[in-house]
Amino acid sequence: MKLSENWLREFVNPKLTTDELVEQLTMAGLEVDGVTPVASEFSKVVVGELLEVNPHPDADKLVVCKVSGGDETHQVVCGAPNARAGIKVPFALVGAKLAGHKLKKAKLRGVESCGMLCSERELGISDSHEGLMELPLDAPVGESMRDYLQLDDYIIDLDLTPNRSDCLGMTGLARETGLLNSLDVQYPKIEPIAPGIEDVFSVELESGSACPRFVGRVIRNIDLKAQTPQWMREKLRRSDIRSIDPVVDVTNFVMLELNHPMHAYDLQKLTGRIVVRQSIKGEKVTLLDGSEVELDADTVLITDESGPIGMGGIMGGLSTAVTEGSRDIFLECAFFSPKSVAGRARSYGMNTDAAHRFERGVDWQGQTNAMERATTLLLEIAGGEAGPLVDTVLDDQLPKSKKVMLRADRIKRLLGVEIPGADINNMLSRLGFAHDSAEFDGQKGWLVSAPSHRFDIDIEVDLIEEISRVFGYNNLPVRTPVTSLTMAAMPEDELTLDRMRDQVVTRGYQEAITYSFVDPALQADLDPEYQAVALANPLSSEMSVMRTTLWTGLLKSLIYNLNRQQDRVRLFETGLRFRMDLNQQELTLENITQEKVLAGVVCGDQYAENWADRSQAIDFYDIKGDLESIFALTGEPDSFKFVNTEHAALQKGQSAEILRHGGNVGYLGPLDPEIQHKLDIRSQVYLFELKIDELITKSITKSAPLSRYPVVRRDIAVVVDQVISALAVRDCVKSAADDTLQNLKLFDVYQGKGIETNRKSLALGLTFQHPSRTLTDEEISSSMDKIIASLETEVGASLRI
Amino acid sequence: MSDLAAIQQTSLEAVAAATDVAALDAARVQYLGKKGEITGLLKGLGKLPAEERPGAGAEINRVKSALQQAITEKRKILEQSAIATRLEAEAIDVTLAGRNAEIGGLHPVTMVLQRIENFFRGVGYEVVEGPEIEDDYHNFEALNLPEHHPARAMHDTFYFNPQLLLRTHTSPVQVRVMETREPPFRIICPGKVYRVDQPDPSHLPMFHQIEGLLIDHESSFAELKGTIVEFLRAFFEREDLKVRFRPSYFPFTEPSAEVDVQCVHCDGKGCRVCGNTGWLEVMGSGMVHPNVLETSGIDSEKFSGFAFGMGPDRLALLRYGVDDLRHYLDNDLRFLRQFK
Repeated sequence: MKLSENWLREFVNPKLTTDELVEQLTMAGLEVDGVTPVASEFSKVVVGELLEVNPHPDADKLVVCKVSGGDETHQVVCGAPNARAGIKVPFALVGAKLAGHKLKKAKLRGVESCGMLCSERELGISDSHEGLMELPLDAPVGESMRDYLQLDDYIIDLDLTPNRSDCLGMTGLARETGLLNSLDVQYPKIEPIAPGIEDVFSVELESGSACPRFVGRVIRNIDLKAQTPQWMREKLRRSDIRSIDPVVDVTNFVMLELNHPMHAYDLQKLTGRIVVRQSIKGEKVTLLDGSEVELDADTVLITDESGPIGMGGIMGGLSTAVTEGSRDIFLECAFFSPKSVAGRARSYGMNTDAAHRFERGVDWQGQTNAMERATTLLLEIAGGEAGPLVDTVLDDQLPKSKKVMLRADRIKRLLGVEIPGADINNMLSRLGFAHDSAEFDGQKGWLVSAPSHRFDIDIEVDLIEEISRVFGYNNLPVRTPVTSLTMAAMPEDELTLDRMRDQVVTRGYQEAITYSFVDPALQADLDPEYQAVALANPLSSEMSVMRTTLWTGLLKSLIYNLNRQQDRVRLFETGLRFRMDLNQQELTLENITQEKVLAGVVCGDQYAENWADRSQAIDFYDIKGDLESIFALTGEPDSFKFVNTEHAALQKGQSAEILRHGGNVGYLGPLDPEIQHKLDIRSQVYLFELKIDELITKSITKSAPLSRYPVVRRDIAVVVDQVISALAVRDCVKSAADDTLQNLKLFDVYQGKGIETNRKSLALGLTFQHPSRTLTDEEISSSMDKIIASLETEVGASLRI
Repeated sequence: MSDLAAIQQTSLEAVAAATDVAALDAARVQYLGKKGEITGLLKGLGKLPAEERPGAGAEINRVKSALQQAITEKRKILEQSAIATRLEAEAIDVTLAGRNAEIGGLHPVTMVLQRIENFFRGVGYEVVEGPEIEDDYHNFEALNLPEHHPARAMHDTFYFNPQLLLRTHTSPVQVRVMETREPPFRIICPGKVYRVDQPDPSHLPMFHQIEGLLIDHESSFAELKGTIVEFLRAFFEREDLKVRFRPSYFPFTEPSAEVDVQCVHCDGKGCRVCGNTGWLEVMGSGMVHPNVLETSGIDSEKFSGFAFGMGPDRLALLRYGVDDLRHYLDNDLRFLRQFK
């Protein structure tokens, strides 16, 4: 909300500079977003009158004007299209300071020009530069423009929180300012207008508590062409409201001043009587701005015999609008309850000043006052005769003045400080809250009733907030909480995410954070096995579904980097993926699996370019090693198994599913070549994704005694079919060996000369040791024989000689 | 000059002239070997008259031991110089880069989150996380934000359907904890949150929050202030950091406060970062609203609590001097690698 500082000071004028006032408001919870001067700095600009306008002898687009600046007549050359005799405009005299420059006498195309006629932009009042700023004809010639338009003023931009609707009007803000400075407020003097005519227009209220009060008045014979006075136009302008005609201006002015939205109907266009009722679904109304709205069933509707003529508390209708030819009007100032307006405007895609105020709450007792104020102003400006004020009210449906308990003990407990009762009394009085001492179950306190302009006072804590605000948040004590501290559990059999992340970082990965909503097309290629949950209101189609895998976002980040000459990329991310089964129709929280995963994308050489190692492209085993280093953190590396698998995103034949105790942990493999081609990525890309929950279980170390006896190593080479996995060979050796086999290393894989096609040679190193004695050659040979025999029968191995 | 004197002289000269161990050995053999010249002189002693033998023998042995000493010394010198030569040949350039020194790094937002979590873990807070796709109830309703509440307009929400949405704050995690646990407890809830906003230097549609909640028998606004002031001073590592509390409005807390710190860039003098106000808005906070406690089954007469929430993205921006929030989601390696 924007407002003029000078206007506020008309009601209450604390001895504070603009900066101090702004600081005070901000610290009271009325946050000031910005302060801007009403006009730029200038001097020696006065109200000038164009006495004569003559063509320039040497220029078609220029004119030579005779201008009165109050004292004498000046000759000014001017190029504005609206320069004509008789108008009054801002006139910068020779010697004026304007936009940082001093104005001098000049010759324009050979004609002397003494001074300058100004547009609004030249004075820094607005961006308007189409022509000269035309002033009302009663503007006093020679008066300083700064004084005439009261330009020594600031526009304060307030960002009010929804609870402080009472400050949406100038008088409310003045009340708050008075409270903060212990000053009395000079409210506008509002007297009832004695009716000059008998005419009334009848109103019926049929929507109960949604609209329990409707103050109306007929005014006849107004002159819509009358000029709204400069002071009112300026006030409106400083609140970003354009001057339209006296009726619109007055209703807007009263809204800004007293926080009561009003509406004016053309009396001649109204038929029968006004009925305020709930809308019926499907009803239509055409609004002031020309838009047609189809209504839901829950909107308050203003109707007459012709049908709907306005949305209550939101916007009036077009069919009964006051227009150029209107002479007789019916003025409305009603109370629409916050509940009846809340969210409605937004649900129709609208946002109006009226709805903004009603949904936050306006004073339900101020309508009569606002009507008298508007009538007085309108009659002054546009003439006419007013009918009697009619207050149609459903007494039992009006909001009730609530009595709220306030316990001294509760204040102390919640704020952590004991405030003397006398001070609380004083604060409540300053807030305008009527209160009496009371006792509640033996606890001393007050029974407080909030005034009708405070919609945010319902329960005790609302009052405690007011007390703390007036007391000053920064005057409240600062204390470190003291409670019994219990040591937090730190289960040692669980691996922390931080530890996993540290490990990945150690392996050279940089952590990324990618959007949770992704491109559905790419994701469908990567992860067709799951249904992605789609946003109803995405920012763009490329960010319209939730990720079912982190690969979708990570691949985009990879491409981003490749496009910036970063050829060697190692990125990882931890975060949730959101999956729904393909056949699941029902979108509910229970049907969406939100699972935390650790995923990565890798591309480029094994090592960053360096002098020591020949650069070599990464392969499966580089990344597998990275993952195994994480698995090693669990203390149970053997609980993880890699098995060949097929996955839509990964290259067939080179991809692995990772299992732990038989359950899925995740996948690792090169990006499917077709997708890679589609994404226009030149080098091989590897992807992995692991469920964090499956990584967490960690074994607590049980230290084993160290054997003092020598170890014996035997190496063998066996030839097996190519399809026999290293894991199968390993499992076979382990099951054939006894406890004395301490270590088994597969240290070479060979294919080629000397080995049949489709076969491969594996070199195994076996280390034996006994915990309590030296093993004999015979024992070891017997173990080896058993292992070799088992390899021959179980995996079809032959010993390589 | 006698033979002995001549031998002594030439043998010492030969030792001195030796440039390597082999030449030295040759000299040793020439004079002290089995057939060496000095050995020969000793063998010839028998031919001398008996009374001359002791004198001559002593003379020869003196020369012999002098030569032996000279050879030993020379050998030492030669060996040392051989080692020196070898070491010189084997010298390496220690300024060449070491192998595999490259490490990755954590995202700056993670770094800030971890830092904040650690401060609060240290004073007994437990880290709790929750779902990012939430229902309307936990994100709004249970937080005293019923349908059509004007404050909902401040949460531009991504919806899946009228009931399901992307959480707009991490507060629903607090609701889930309050629903299931008996107070007292203190928790800290970090995570991603979402608001409909086009990305620009100061807005992202996906960002992070970390919220704290303490519920106890007697917790007060004074303790909220104490907790926040202590945390901010620890976070920014400034003992004298000025912190101020401004009345504000959040439907789920009352009284509610915005927390400002003295601008850490200009020390409160006013600069571009703080919009010349000298203050930076860093947190929202307040005493948990009794409606929120009661909705989650906590007796607001017996318990009270405070909550606070902050944006680690913005804190990372202040801490590390990042100039545009969008860097966080571009994942440009040149940006990420700056953070170790």
